[in-house]
This record gives sequence, structure tokens and C-alpha cells, in this order.
Amino acid sequence: MTNSIPEISANDVIFVIGSNTTETHPIIALQMKRAAGKGAEIIIADPRKIDLVRFSSLWMQHKPGTDVALLNAIMHVILKEKMLDGKFIDEWTEGFDAFSKTLKDYTPAKAEKITGVPAKEIVQAARMYGKAARPAIYYTMGITQHSHGTQNVFAVANLALMTGNLGKESTGVNPLRGQNNVQGSTDMGCIPNQYPGYQKVDLDAIKEKFESAWGVKLSGKPGITATEMIIAASEGSLNAMYIMGENPLISDPDINHTKKALKKLEFLVVQDIFMTETAELADVVLPAACFAEKEGTFTNTERRLQRVRKAVTPPDNAREDSWIVLELSRRMGYEMQYNFIEEVLQEIGKVWPAVAGITYGRIETFGLQWPCPTLNHPGTPYLFKGGFPRGKAAFTPVHYSRSKELPDREFPFVLSTGRQLFHYHSGSMTRRVTELNMIAPEAYV
Amino acid sequence: MPNLRIDGISVSAPEGTTILDAAKSADIPIPTLCHHPKLTPYGGCRLCIVDVKGINRPVTSCTTPVTEGMEVSTTNPEIEKLRSTILELLLSDHPNDCMICEKAGDCTLQELAYFYGIRENRFEGERRQYTEKDDNPFIRRNMEKCILCSKCVRICDEIQGVGAIDLTYRGFNAKVSPPFGKDLNCEFCGQCVAVCPTGALTGKMWVTKGRQKDIREVDTVCPYCGCGCSLTLHIRRNRVIRVSSKENTINEGWLCSKGRFGFSFINSPERLKTPLIKEKGKFREASWDEAFDLIVSKLKKIRKKHGPDSIGGLASARCTNEENYLFQKFIRAAVGTNNVDHCARL
Repeated sequence: MTNSIPEISANDVIFVIGSNTTETHPIIALQMKRAAGKGAEIIIADPRKIDLVRFSSLWMQHKPGTDVALLNAIMHVILKEKMLDGKFIDEWTEGFDAFSKTLKDYTPAKAEKITGVPAKEIVQAARMYGKAARPAIYYTMGITQHSHGTQNVFAVANLALMTGNLGKESTGVNPLRGQNNVQGSTDMGCIPNQYPGYQKVDLDAIKEKFESAWGVKLSGKPGITATEMIIAASEGSLNAMYIMGENPLISDPDINHTKKALKKLEFLVVQDIFMTETAELADVVLPAACFAEKEGTFTNTERRLQRVRKAVTPPDNAREDSWIVLELSRRMGYEMQYNFIEEVLQEIGKVWPAVAGITYGRIETFGLQWPCPTLNHPGTPYLFKGGFPRGKAAFTPVHYSRSKELPDREFPFVLSTGRQLFHYHSGSMTRRVTELNMIAPEAYV
Repeated sequence: MPNLRIDGISVSAPEGTTILDAAKSADIPIPTLCHHPKLTPYGGCRLCIVDVKGINRPVTSCTTPVTEGMEVSTTNPEIEKLRSTILELLLSDHPNDCMICEKAGDCTLQELAYFYGIRENRFEGERRQYTEKDDNPFIRRNMEKCILCSKCVRICDEIQGVGAIDLTYRGFNAKVSPPFGKDLNCEFCGQCVAVCPTGALTGKMWVTKGRQKDIREVDTVCPYCGCGCSLTLHIRRNRVIRVSSKENTINEGWLCSKGRFGFSFINSPERLKTPLIKEKGKFREASWDEAFDLIVSKLKKIRKKHGPDSIGGLASARCTNEENYLFQKFIRAAVGTNNVDHCARL
């Protein structure tokens, strides 16, 4: 999120696209409802009549996969009716002229044909968002989980940029992250092309910095992604995997493909708190401690690091993931030395200055949002105040392209995934909570 | 900003502040059962009555805004007598079962009865009799203990935006109920349970697990979605028996059904308790040493044969920052590849 959860209630227009917020992020939805109660207008673009529609001023029911056409048409109207922020575009962006030409074809009438949303609703949405003082966009997997998900995200960014709705309080672009620490695990460099803090592995200066910090030679070759790993495993070019606290056999899009791939591995280690469907395929299963059994931090969707505390001891021989990784590393011949877990956060602050100012002591009662570079820095509730990290933000022209798989005679339905309020992700935790299973015993179509 | 005197103490509070809030800011306690700082003032329980000079009857401090020069008295024999009578009336139709009530030790009504020394009751008469019949697995509704403060009704409407319950019937028959007296059918966020001042609303899975005096509290963060709600885990005998959340948190004390009621997986008998090694298609229990030795020898063998890029690691969006940092450092520095990712891409 470029903004914070407490800023939501001060929005005057809330544009929710591809997010069933009341089910996926129930507490963020409470802030949206509060804003609506104070007079904010909620615009929803969703193929389904989600619960939040009850609180909305406008619901655009677009066809699945037509987000770019819808967003481009909204921008077409904003351009045509001159609801731009020219000063912001001049000072803080580049590539506007080339970009604005690409909007020409996306008339509301044309978009109506593609999206199924009446042209007058598109115009209405454009006027509501374009004229608002503190509008913010919220999206979830409805934007990203497409063959053209990246284009969708660019379109959202273009909309915010052309109206100057970034870098201000209660005004921005807010992807709502799905898991308790998915923000944190990305921040921590659990991505194949970047070290902690989004620093590229294939830049020599950065590689050298990490080599000296970690005292070891590192590979400058970007790794492969989770989805590529499954393909590589099925093709035989990936031979071993170590999976910590993930259940790809349920969360991946094609379960049979994933199962075949994991079975083909020469060696699979799974570390988890339950015998998940993925763990069943492993050669070695390691028992881990759950969130209530360890110390550390989670980073929520608004970049806030908060303290996780040990409340109970793990069962029998289960161990904290940190202990397992450290022990394994030592036995692999690379010893990492920490006296206590906070020393890990201190080390992270040394290689990624954005969290250098965060200590356990400072977040004892209330978390801090990165960037927080120094010990007296108050944290950053909203991003891009007075500029962007790359200098000027770039407009990226995007065009509507049809989804890769469309209904045909053999497969006549469009199916879309969604989260249930009472369950979470692959269900390894909530499916083992009797009460939640009673109220929501199974998924539904 | 109006200046006023409360019990002889000078207080100034912004325009629109209620006497109750102004008194609270000056650390002057006024009893109340129906007030909640995040909800619209209600003036239902009448316990917060105070005397205001110039007004010839007590006023409810939760609904009366401060004015310039106001002189407020929060306590005097007349007011305390009225409060005591209100409590007596509430208790005259309240089951006297504090000894087995989940809420004992954390109950506002019990606290007030204690401070006002109400042991006997002058108001004998008919009592409400309700049968508990809710089928839901989360919320236990014991309407005989309800004092009709309507905090549950208001939070469900004003904060949650659901409106699953309302005050129904009149007078002696009044009760909080879902539409047409049916079973509760809602989001089961439990916000109503969190604000109930008595034992009328409690968690079904809390029953006989331990009351407030038995528990140790540990503040932490919810393990489910990305909102990052603060949780207070209530611990008894090394088990999480209940979850609540404090008001001064990013989630303002509100939780959803998963965060509030979805904790029993921690103590699930299905938890993995020891390392397992697969032999001939079946898992057998192993020691940590055995497991580590096997992993190290296999990874080293595979790395030697196919190179470090033949190994990949998936970190976890469920684990802590520290653990994820260590995991990618292990894959990069100890294994020697950048093949590390996690489910953010899905």
C-alpha cells in the first residue's frame, strides 16, 4: 500500500477493483465502511456483486479479464474532460504524451462493448474519481491474477499518475496483500532476482555489498521463480527443493502439474506445522513452530513491522523455523552467528537502510512503517511524498488484450477464484479449526 | 474550547466533547454500562448521570456536551443512591451465577455490584427465562444475562455494517435478537462479544477453559491475512484459550472470525511433532540429527552433480521477516543459488 490503513477513513472516493475486501481483508473493509458513513463515495468494479456493493455509490459489473479496457476508458474520459493534474504530470512523470495518445481509441462506447459496463457508468466513475480530492484505489488478486496482470497494474498506476493521486495523505494506490507477511517475505529478498530491500542480484556493486556483508561469494545469476521452479522440476532441470511453510500443491493453479513436478524431484524437504498435501510428497518433513510459538516481526500490507511474540511452547520436537535454517546452514558449512533473534533484524537494517531505524524496543506497543532509516525516524505512513525513488514516474501505455483462456463450446464457463471469509489460503490452518469448518465446511462453486 | 469544573477540578475540552469524555480526560471516573468510545452516544443505562448546576434533574454525562462555565458534580449521595437503585433493578433480573460465569473477573456489572455493595435485592419478581438454542459454533448468547445496553446491536450496525441483531419487543419482554427470533446468521466477527459488558455474549470455545484471573496475556500479530491485526492471546497452561484485541492498535480492537475464533489449530493433535523421513514410500519418525544428516548429504550430492542452480527454495509468507531473511541467506550463501521465491507471485 502506498497509504496506511488509518488513512482510509479520510478518503472521499474509494475505488475498489478486483478486491472482495469484506472477505479478504475484513478489517480494512471496516475502514471503507466507516469512510462511506462519513460521506465517501465507493466505486466498485467487480464481476460479482460483492458485499461491499451495499455501501457503494457505483458498481460496475465488468466481464472478467477486461480491466484494462475499463481503466483505459475511464482515463479516456479523464483526459477528454480535462480532469488531469497537469502540474503533477509535468513535475513528477515522464512519457505522458505518448501514453495519452494510446487512450484515444478507448471511448466509453467501445469499452461498453468489451466490458459490458454501460458507457454512462464509465463516465460517471471517471468523474467521481477525477474530481475527488482524496481518492485512493484498492485492488487485490482480481487485478493481478491474469495472463495480463502486469498490464492491469500498469493501468491502475497510469490512472493515479495522470490525476496526481499519489504521494499524498489518503491518496494513492493500494494493493492489499493477501498474507500476514507476504509483504515482509518479499522485502526480505525471498525473490529470485533481488536481495533484501529490492536490490538486484545481477548488479555487481550490489552483489559485492552482500558478499562482504555475508562473507561469502554469491551467484550473480538471477534465479528462477516459484512457477518456473515447478516447470523446471517437471523438465528435470531442478533436482531438489526445500519448501518452508508453503503448500503449492493446493495454492498452485494446476495441481496435477505441480504434483507431477514435485514427484519428479530427486529430493524434497518440506518444513511445516502440519502434514500438508505438499509435505506428503516430501522425502524429509521438518516440524516447525507456529506464529504463537516464536519471536520476530511480521510486516503487514501497509509496510508496518509489528512484533510477533512467543506465547506458548511448540509441541514436542517441533522447532522454530529460524533454528532449523540456522542449524541446517551450519551443517552445510556456512555458519551464521546470532545471539538472539533481534540481531537478525539489526543485520537486515545494515543491508537495507529502509528498516535500519526499527528495533524491537521501538515497536513494543505499536508497529513502524518502512522506510524508517534512523532511530529517531517516525516511519512513513504514505509513500512518494515529494518524489519517486527512480526520479520521475513513467507512464506505461497498455492495451487491452483478451484473456488467454476464453470460454468455448467445450468449456463454456468462466470460473474465477475467491477467498472465503471463514477460511484462509490453502486451509492448512483454518481447515483444522473445528468451528470454522462447521460454519464453512467446504468450498463452493 | 469550553472551560468547566468537574468535582471542583478545572477542565477544558474541545467543543462537542461530552461530560463523560471530559471527566475521563481529567481522570475522574464515571460508571457506565452502555457507553463505548467508538459508538454513537446512547444514554441507555443511566448509570453515568451527573448533576449540572442550574439543571434541576440529573443528566446523562455520555450524551451531554460540555459548555462554558459548566459546573458538574459526578458524585453525591443523591446520585449514588440513584445509581445503586439502577444496579439493583438490573440485578433483580440477572441470574446470580457469577461462580460459573465465563465473564467473572472481567464483568462490568459484577464490578459495579461489588463497588456499590449490592448483596440483597429489594425487587423480587418474575425473571426472564430464555432457552439457549443457537446452532452457531462461535457465539454463545445467554440472554438472561443481557442488560439491554445495546452495545452489541450498535457495533454490529455502526462498525461492522451488518445489522444482524436488534432490540426486539418492549418492556419486560425486550431482548436482543436476530430477525424473527431465528438463530444468529452473520459474519461471526465477534465484535459484539468483545464489547458485551456482562456474560450475555461469550465465545463457545472459551467455556470452562479459564477466566480472566487464570490467564496470562501475550500481545502478538494475527497469522492470517495482510491487515496485520494485533491479537492478545490468552494463555492458560501453555495453551491459547481465547483471543482478544486491544483498542490502541492498528485494527482498533476489531477482529474477524478467523482472527478471533480461528486459533485452535495451534493445539491441533495433527501438529507435526518430530522430523519424518520417508522410506519405501512411508514416513518414519526420525531425530533432528538424522534428518539434518540426510538433507545435507543429499543437497551436497545434488549440488556436486548438477550445480547449485539445480536446487530451489520456497520461503513462506506465513513466517517472520527474520526467518525469511535467514532462509534466503541460506539458499544464496550456503547453497549458492538465487533460486528462492515464495507465493507472492501466485
